[in-house]
Amino acid sequence: MGKGKQHGWLVALSLLFGASNAHADWTVNMRQGVTEMSRQIFDLHMTIFWVCVVIGTLVFSVMLISMLLHRKSLGHEPASFHDNMTVEIAWTVIPVIILVVMAIPATTTLNAMYDIGDSDIDIEVRGYQWKWQYTYLNDDPAQEVKFMSALLTPAEEYNNLAEKRENYLLDVDNEMVIPINKRIRFLITSNDVIHAWWVPDFAIKKDAIPGYVHEAWTVVDVPGTYRGQCAELCGKDHGFMPIVVRAVEQDEYDAWLLGKQQEAADVYSIVGKEWTMDELMVEGESVYLRNCATCHQVNGQGLPPAFPSLVGVGIAVGPIQEHIDIIIHGKAGSAMQAFGAQLNAAEIAAVVTYERNAWGNNVGDLVQPKVINEQLPAL
Amino acid sequence: MSAVIEQHHDDDHHHGPAKGLLRWVFTTNHKDIGTMYLWFSFAMFLLGGSFALVIRAELFQPGLQIVQPEFFNQMTTMHGLIMVFGAVMPAFVGLANWLVPMMIGAPDMALPRMNNYSFWILPFAFTMLASTLFMEGGAPNFGWTFYAPLSTEYGPPSTTFFIFAVHLMGISSIMGSINVVVTILNMRAPGMTLMRMPLFVWTWLITAYLLIAVMPVLAGVVTMMLMDIHFGTAFFNAGGGGDPVLFQHVFWFFGHPEVYIMILPAFGVVSAIIPTFARKRLFGYASMVYATASIAFLSFIVWAHHMFTVGMPLAGELYFMYATMLIAVPTGVKVFNWVATMWKGSMTFETPMLFAIAFVVLFTIGGLSGLMLAIAPADFQYHDTYFVVAHFHYVLVPGSVFSIMAAVYFWIPKWTGNMYDETLGKVHFWLSFVGVNVLFFPQHFIGLAGMPRRVPDYALQFADYNMVSSVGAFIFGFSQLLFLFIVVKCVFGGKKATAQVWEGAHGLEWTIPSPAPYHTFSTPPKIDMTEAHG
Repeated sequence: MGKGKQHGWLVALSLLFGASNAHADWTVNMRQGVTEMSRQIFDLHMTIFWVCVVIGTLVFSVMLISMLLHRKSLGHEPASFHDNMTVEIAWTVIPVIILVVMAIPATTTLNAMYDIGDSDIDIEVRGYQWKWQYTYLNDDPAQEVKFMSALLTPAEEYNNLAEKRENYLLDVDNEMVIPINKRIRFLITSNDVIHAWWVPDFAIKKDAIPGYVHEAWTVVDVPGTYRGQCAELCGKDHGFMPIVVRAVEQDEYDAWLLGKQQEAADVYSIVGKEWTMDELMVEGESVYLRNCATCHQVNGQGLPPAFPSLVGVGIAVGPIQEHIDIIIHGKAGSAMQAFGAQLNAAEIAAVVTYERNAWGNNVGDLVQPKVINEQLPAL
Repeated sequence: MSAVIEQHHDDDHHHGPAKGLLRWVFTTNHKDIGTMYLWFSFAMFLLGGSFALVIRAELFQPGLQIVQPEFFNQMTTMHGLIMVFGAVMPAFVGLANWLVPMMIGAPDMALPRMNNYSFWILPFAFTMLASTLFMEGGAPNFGWTFYAPLSTEYGPPSTTFFIFAVHLMGISSIMGSINVVVTILNMRAPGMTLMRMPLFVWTWLITAYLLIAVMPVLAGVVTMMLMDIHFGTAFFNAGGGGDPVLFQHVFWFFGHPEVYIMILPAFGVVSAIIPTFARKRLFGYASMVYATASIAFLSFIVWAHHMFTVGMPLAGELYFMYATMLIAVPTGVKVFNWVATMWKGSMTFETPMLFAIAFVVLFTIGGLSGLMLAIAPADFQYHDTYFVVAHFHYVLVPGSVFSIMAAVYFWIPKWTGNMYDETLGKVHFWLSFVGVNVLFFPQHFIGLAGMPRRVPDYALQFADYNMVSSVGAFIFGFSQLLFLFIVVKCVFGGKKATAQVWEGAHGLEWTIPSPAPYHTFSTPPKIDMTEAHG
């Protein structure tokens, strides 16, 4: 660790002295983005920016001239004026006019953004501590596609044990896919604390608030992969819940959607089968690492008291039904979420089995996915 | 109790400070209390600043190097709370204590015993707040804005201590501001009409009203949190029929006036310093008073511009956008008046003037970025990014904090009877000025480029400017130790100050000897100037 840290400081120093580093998208300004709305906002931003620059330059120039000329050391005698109603009125009225001029395009843009209208595709965006759930709404529940989207960047990278790759902290396991030139409506909400779903290239930033469903919409006209992040402090891993949206042509989107629907059907069939201990343990480890390890840690020791240990004590070595309940329904008043809405029955069965039989826990029992399936809340 | 009586006894005979440490415990003297407020706020400034340095050290480069995310969040939270409630607000109360009675020709504050209480609450409040760092589960980690439900359902156990500490700070602030209002309204020397008061007194009078109006709102919101956490209510819990957005409305109804509480007295300070060193009367005194009052009024009706992304209806967004933009008008009037005061003056650039000019320039930059943030559609891109961080630090650090430093350099000869070391003062100014800009200016860029605030780690494209910003933070932070040295040096010696101190100074405080005697204006002065203010 010490050595890694030293290395980090060396890199830092070399950076400081101008050594080049591969930095993607190095920029000092807002993105223009890839939607009509984002470009309007960018123009608005640049307009106000230049208005502010002009005002600032004028004021600071007068100050500078005054500081250069009206110095005692140059023998400048102070004038005696100290009031002038005309200038006071002038510098009240002129700013008001400038503000009105600025308010007009701002109002137009805001009006356009609030014109939700009809949409081609509705996607529910649900914030969880510290990942997103995307549900492609469909009148036929069997056709509905639903998946979690979480940080892909491995812990080794942010712990400085491995080199940071491109899209460091901005990569997810399951990205949202949308077709271009279609009106997409996002229904944004949260399951726990307030998050904010922000994709700079779409100029969408909307708070995801428990108990509220907010609407936002976009029409993307350039295919590509667009990255954003949670923008509202949501706890420990607020900095680690990126958003990735891939905008593709319609037929690519259709193929992707079909694949996702097939995956859902596959899950349905595997839930019904009888699993062996080994199968459950292998699947369980992968589910655990994706969903549980940020809090309970890879070794199951947790970070007490906020995130309790699972090793040798507590729920993972107690009665299995209580263990299942807490995973499905969460624990009120704590960061433990209700995973019943996030994981499928096979995943829950696997992770329960894994937690009871990993890290030296050897309760020895297992639970079958179909048993879990009966207990899952109807969605 | 007996000590209190004894001190009274003592005062009656010697008219000087009591001896020993108990002087400070039992004092009811506005100068003693002002001194304690100022030292306390400086201690908090260093504490809150050290938390900021932890933050900037972690953000020096991508990756987690020094602290883990949960501790990082505790640092951002404690930094904000301590700087707002522990450093900036008490510093202005300290200045008010020292200066308001001397400026209006009053012998002391109107309610001296309460004055003592309002100070002595603070060390307890902040000890309690700081002690949460050592509690199981750590200190509050939900940001200084403590949004529910992160702070209620998901907060650490120490949240209860945080709530109690906020209550104490609120009580202290309310008592302090009642004292200021009563003093100003009742204890002005004959002839010191309201429109003859120095602008510092005016700005504090208005600030005190703001405090009295909004601190109870803060107390209300933390009490609702307390009820939610411990007594099963669901004010902010959607699952129980409550509303997380209600929290934000109530919080910002306090929070927006709060940010003006931290800047209005700064306006007063700068309005005293610029005329002194321009050797010219303040331009547009009356319009300055009206502008301050307008800003205070507007501060009550713009709170939801902090919440443009919470999904307000269009009408709400438009209203809060327009109202917020309006603030630019009276604020602009103030800036223009300061510039007009400088214009055709006979300026010298001693340390207080340097800080005051830097205040005008950098506060204006912060004000202009504030105007950009007021534009709701653009705010969707700015909101909760480093652009916001840059904005409010520009108005708070080279704004409020610079004005406090300017005030200390300006009045410390009056307080101690000694001149500070002018060379060191200038070195301190330039280090602070360069440091603060290197620290905060690049944050505009990384914010626009898309870096969210309150993150312990960031994507690679933000690396360069974060590093620059961290370097600036360390320059700025460590140059404050020089400030400490200059102040201590001045307390213990230096060139003797005259009563007038500054050639161009006007006002009652400059008519009394330096250092100011323990009791001043026991008999009211005669106000013979047509206008007492600079």
